[in-house]
Amino acid sequence: MSDFTHDAWGLYVAVITLISIVACAVLLFGLSSRGSGDAGTTGHVWDEDLEEGNHPLPRWWMWLFVITIVFGVAYLALYPGLGSHAGYFNWSSSGQYQAEQASAVAQHGPVIDKFLKQDIKTVAADPKAREMGQRLFLTYCAQCHGSDAGGSRGFPNLRDTDWLYGGEPEAIRASIMEGRNGVMPPMGGALGGEDGARDVLEYLFSISGRPSDGLRAFRGKPKFETICAACHGANGKGNPQIGAPNLTDDVWLHGGSNTAIIESITKGRNGAMPAHKGFLDEGKIHLLTAYVYGLSH
Amino acid sequence: MELRETYNYTVVRQFALMTVVWGVVGMLVGVLIAAQLIWPELNVTPWLSYGRLRPLHTNAVIFAFGGSALFTTSYYVVQRTCHARLFAPALASFTFWGWQAVIVLAAITLPLGISTAKEYAELEWPIDILITLVWVSYAVVFFGTVAKRKTPHIYVANWFFGAFILTVAVLHLVNSAAVPVTFWKSYSVYAGVQDAMVQWWYGHNAVGFFLTAGFLGMMYYFIPKQAERPIYSYRLSVVHFWALIFTYMWAGPHHLHYTALPDWAQSLGMIFSLILLAPSWGGMINGIMTLSGAWHKLRDDPILKFLVVSLSFYGMSTFEGPMMAIKTVNALSHYTDWTVGHVHSGALGWVGLVSMGSLYYLIPRLYGRATMHSVQLINVHFWVATIGIVLYIAAMWIAGVMQGLMWRAVNDDGTLTYSFAESVKATYPYYVIRLMGGLLYFSGMLIMAWNVWKTVAGQRPFEASIPAVRVAHA
Repeated sequence: MSDFTHDAWGLYVAVITLISIVACAVLLFGLSSRGSGDAGTTGHVWDEDLEEGNHPLPRWWMWLFVITIVFGVAYLALYPGLGSHAGYFNWSSSGQYQAEQASAVAQHGPVIDKFLKQDIKTVAADPKAREMGQRLFLTYCAQCHGSDAGGSRGFPNLRDTDWLYGGEPEAIRASIMEGRNGVMPPMGGALGGEDGARDVLEYLFSISGRPSDGLRAFRGKPKFETICAACHGANGKGNPQIGAPNLTDDVWLHGGSNTAIIESITKGRNGAMPAHKGFLDEGKIHLLTAYVYGLSH
Repeated sequence: MELRETYNYTVVRQFALMTVVWGVVGMLVGVLIAAQLIWPELNVTPWLSYGRLRPLHTNAVIFAFGGSALFTTSYYVVQRTCHARLFAPALASFTFWGWQAVIVLAAITLPLGISTAKEYAELEWPIDILITLVWVSYAVVFFGTVAKRKTPHIYVANWFFGAFILTVAVLHLVNSAAVPVTFWKSYSVYAGVQDAMVQWWYGHNAVGFFLTAGFLGMMYYFIPKQAERPIYSYRLSVVHFWALIFTYMWAGPHHLHYTALPDWAQSLGMIFSLILLAPSWGGMINGIMTLSGAWHKLRDDPILKFLVVSLSFYGMSTFEGPMMAIKTVNALSHYTDWTVGHVHSGALGWVGLVSMGSLYYLIPRLYGRATMHSVQLINVHFWVATIGIVLYIAAMWIAGVMQGLMWRAVNDDGTLTYSFAESVKATYPYYVIRLMGGLLYFSGMLIMAWNVWKTVAGQRPFEASIPAVRVAHA
């Protein structure tokens, strides 16, 4: 579809708008005569007794109409509306946004700057910073991670000490700024369907110190070592460099029932933490990093 | 002509009864989704979840209840004021069965999650084609009847019905243009901000023409009939009709304030919404002033109460609308429950009450009776509905303004004072009041359904003969 970028469209909009407003006024004044004052009816009759009175237009109503028209014309002189005419005030919504942003930064910047100069562990221990961090968290993070940061299925708990990508300040900051893409590829084909996945699962239980089916674990061992270990490590303890979870603990992002784990193995999982840099400024990310760090430290 | 020709009341009766049925269904779904906002546990299955039932509610009350009410009254009014039997009776019958099929298909596909996701235009392309066929037939029947009229002039109600039929055809065709992918999936031909602009050009004109112009047509017949007074001012009819249908076309962008829509388009949407105030009020003045000299009738005539109070809500909503279109007001009201309150003061107060009043006038006449089974129950219905509306809109106004203020509250350190969830929690009591209001309004509809049943059951359909055109008494 055309984006109507040619300059002539501005003129077209301006002309058609002005003609339209004038047309409203002409219509109003064309029928505004007070008439004889004696109302009566137009003399037309429908359906036995339907008739039309002949009262003139109520004056107060006409003035209401006129006032809105005058307001409209004045507004179009002052604000953008007549096509590419910017308006006397040179106002724009993006200009208003930038001005409000700038005034917010000027007003609140010093408070945040103070914390920006401190390291994360210091900020995390500051009650005022924690309060600000919590408010930011409730605004930007709680939708997925929950108001209490406890997470839910598919969304990590940020209060425990189990970290997919590491729980040190720099790792947390990187997660917030750059986002994360947690991809577990579907392995049903490579492992031989659900039955093969069950073998791998039993092997996993055997190395996690949980009761397991010996025969299945025996069959699952080579599959785990050739396929799963590449990311999750030969001992199944995961790899925070690539966000591969530890499979031997009892933390399961996508559910810890046998059915849920087998589904994760055969069908794969996709987790996405969106990147917030460019959206949140450095100061806010600093406060959020400290708040999230402080939840488990 | 020895054998006097009669009006075609058959299709009017069919639509009239289905208006009542769909009113009950649509409002029941409304009550259910209002309850779901209080008790999320009521989202028991995906098919009955809020996200799917909400469009079912809007489609059922606007297009099934409101649409059937418009078919009923326009078919009745156009015949009675043209002194002519309905043109193309087979097509008229098709509009009834076709429209009911559209409604049933909507009631099946929306809970299944089949939706274009365009508000008030959610139905997928095969249903859209059926709507188009029904609508073109509607236009042929309506304008065919106007063309064969025996009266020299076209009555004002028919201007409004005609404008509504023509415009809705254009709106539907343009906004629903889509590329089908499968039988139940399509993509809009528009993208990005143009899609949004077309959608709200459609969306606001659906309010303007479906829910305003069409129902003004209703008002222009049933108020003077019930009040037995001439319409107040012919000249006011002319000015407000042309100004209304012309100005409405520009108002859509006020749904997209402070979005990616260019500023000039937002401004035009805003100022034409303001210019729309007087043309909208023209209809209210013309209706209410029709009662001048007959105000006492309001005391004892519950049908007139329905009709006149509907105009009060109409006047209130059409004042509120232009105010909400002002950018600074919109910055507070947009995305809050204030919008929901505004829509319902129009939908329950104006569209609902004027339809109910008209049906109470119409249904006895379609069955050869002087009045409804119980006039007292009409009165009860009126008060139950009015109290329901007041509870509903007051709750949503307060909730909306509160949400807007909470969302914009900022602490000294620049963080937001309230999280979104806190504003949801604060809204909870108002959701309860809203549900009570909705329940009252729904109860009123049930009273009406019972009254209609008692009026109609066992009655033989009445066929009115067409009178000779009477020349004006000089």
